[in-house]
Amino acid sequence: MKTDSLFLELEEAPRVRIWFDGQPLDVPEGANLAAALLAVGVQVFRHTPVSGAPRAPYCMMGACFECLVETGGTLRQACMMEAEDGLRISRPHQTAAEVRDGTL
Amino acid sequence: MERFDLAIIGAGPAGMAAAAEAAQRGLAVALLDEQNRPGGQIYREVDRAAGPRGAILGPDYLHGASLTAGIARPEIRYLPGTVVWAVEDGLRISFTRDGRGGQLEADRVILATGALERPVPVPGWTLPGVMTAGAAQILLKQSGVLPRRAVLAGSGPLLYLIAAQMVRAGTPPLALVETQTRASLRAAGRHLPGALRGWRYLAKGLKLLAEIRRAGVPRHTGATAIAVEGGTAAEALTFRCKGRTHRIPCGTVLLHHGVVPNTQAARSIGVPHLWSPAQHCFVPETGTWGETAKPGILIAGDGAGIHGAMAAEYAGRIAALKAAEELGRISAPERDRLASPLLRARSRESAVRPFLDAAYPPYAEALQPADGTIVCRCEEVTAGSIRSHARLGCLGPNQAKAFSRAGMGPCQGRYCGLTVTALLADAHGQSPDETGYYRIRPPIKPVTLGELAAMDEPPSHATE
Repeated sequence: MKTDSLFLELEEAPRVRIWFDGQPLDVPEGANLAAALLAVGVQVFRHTPVSGAPRAPYCMMGACFECLVETGGTLRQACMMEAEDGLRISRPHQTAAEVRDGTL
Repeated sequence: MERFDLAIIGAGPAGMAAAAEAAQRGLAVALLDEQNRPGGQIYREVDRAAGPRGAILGPDYLHGASLTAGIARPEIRYLPGTVVWAVEDGLRISFTRDGRGGQLEADRVILATGALERPVPVPGWTLPGVMTAGAAQILLKQSGVLPRRAVLAGSGPLLYLIAAQMVRAGTPPLALVETQTRASLRAAGRHLPGALRGWRYLAKGLKLLAEIRRAGVPRHTGATAIAVEGGTAAEALTFRCKGRTHRIPCGTVLLHHGVVPNTQAARSIGVPHLWSPAQHCFVPETGTWGETAKPGILIAGDGAGIHGAMAAEYAGRIAALKAAEELGRISAPERDRLASPLLRARSRESAVRPFLDAAYPPYAEALQPADGTIVCRCEEVTAGSIRSHARLGCLGPNQAKAFSRAGMGPCQGRYCGLTVTALLADAHGQSPDETGYYRIRPPIKPVTLGELAAMDEPPSHATE
């Protein structure tokens, strides 16, 4: 995870604290989750189950499923979620090696 | 199960305009949309973004607020945050909302599912940091977020719009790398007389180009061999232009070479589709009113062929009038009288399209990617793999899917379908129509067992 973001936020907004892979992140309240993660410097959202390749949002409109994150035991599209205080999400732990090992 | 006269899927310009027109004719309308607020992609978050970012986004975007205002009517049940996963005969719609499955029925359905970015399979397009130009627009509209060190690559007026908006926001792109050539512009010339009816769009395009030039953003046209370099994320865009190889270090690459109809819902219920040579994509077969071969199903807006937001708005109203007439709320002569100015306006708003389609054709190397390039992002299937399956005898996309897994991932072929059809058509010397497309079946969006199980619980919450 990088801290110097590749993205510019045009406006200030009240922040809420969310947790990504156990790390606290302060993001705009009610923000689109994928946009908020990009803006705070998250570059890699997940690794593919096929080869373990890194991926991140591609379409931002719920069509490509590249921004999948894990929350509450299910995979959800970060670009279709909003940031709420205390939200806990993680990268789906499904690298190719883990799939081969049979671990989730 | 709740029943409506008309269900509309998608709250973009076509869907919102259709809902308002139908409500005005006395129809009980359900308007289902995946997003939490109306606008579709083109007017995404217009009610919240207009204040802080209106000057960056421009007046054409702000027009969307008139449409969002129009759906606040008692006849319209607006269902935001609703993901439709099946449209079936009897006109039953199944969806997920607030983590629960739900269903409703309607006498008529208007599919207003809009467009998707045409896939841009170039080397490195799956790297983090590579997004569609449309994605950058959504980031700006919804979140006020823009990339700081971006290169825009591909072809089409959307590249100019986002570039100009980035200039206005104080974070201009590092460069525009465009694939269209002087030859395509010359070829488009024969469409120019017709396009003059849409002079407003041409004037807007020239104004955007002037803004980009004034900001000193370098433009490269006729680019080939476009590729994204990077380890775990995009680090540079490379390409060839006028005999030279270029490399631009960057943090974000925004790709675009046009948008194509989002046909998943229409295909899933069996609406026939035809290849459009001018737009290089499949479009559903629709009539003047948006009617299809499937009884009760109409299609309006870019989902029926790419004509832009204003044409979509008129198409939505035209389809709603047809539904109102079929359901006996207005007579056929009244429908024709009401539709006549709308049909003229739609034709005027579409007039510029043949010129744009010819001037900004898709990037040829992304239509027939090199063997090593991934075409199916979900299952990481390369163009070479599709070609080898073609050599083994796979004639169509469904066979290729079974052998290669291309199209089997969560995006359900949305970002590989057109490429796989093009590769197989080329390999066998067939037309795209002969080659066909993936068979799309419900659920057209993933649904969990938990969401399905919740559907049988008392419906007090499911359709609220």
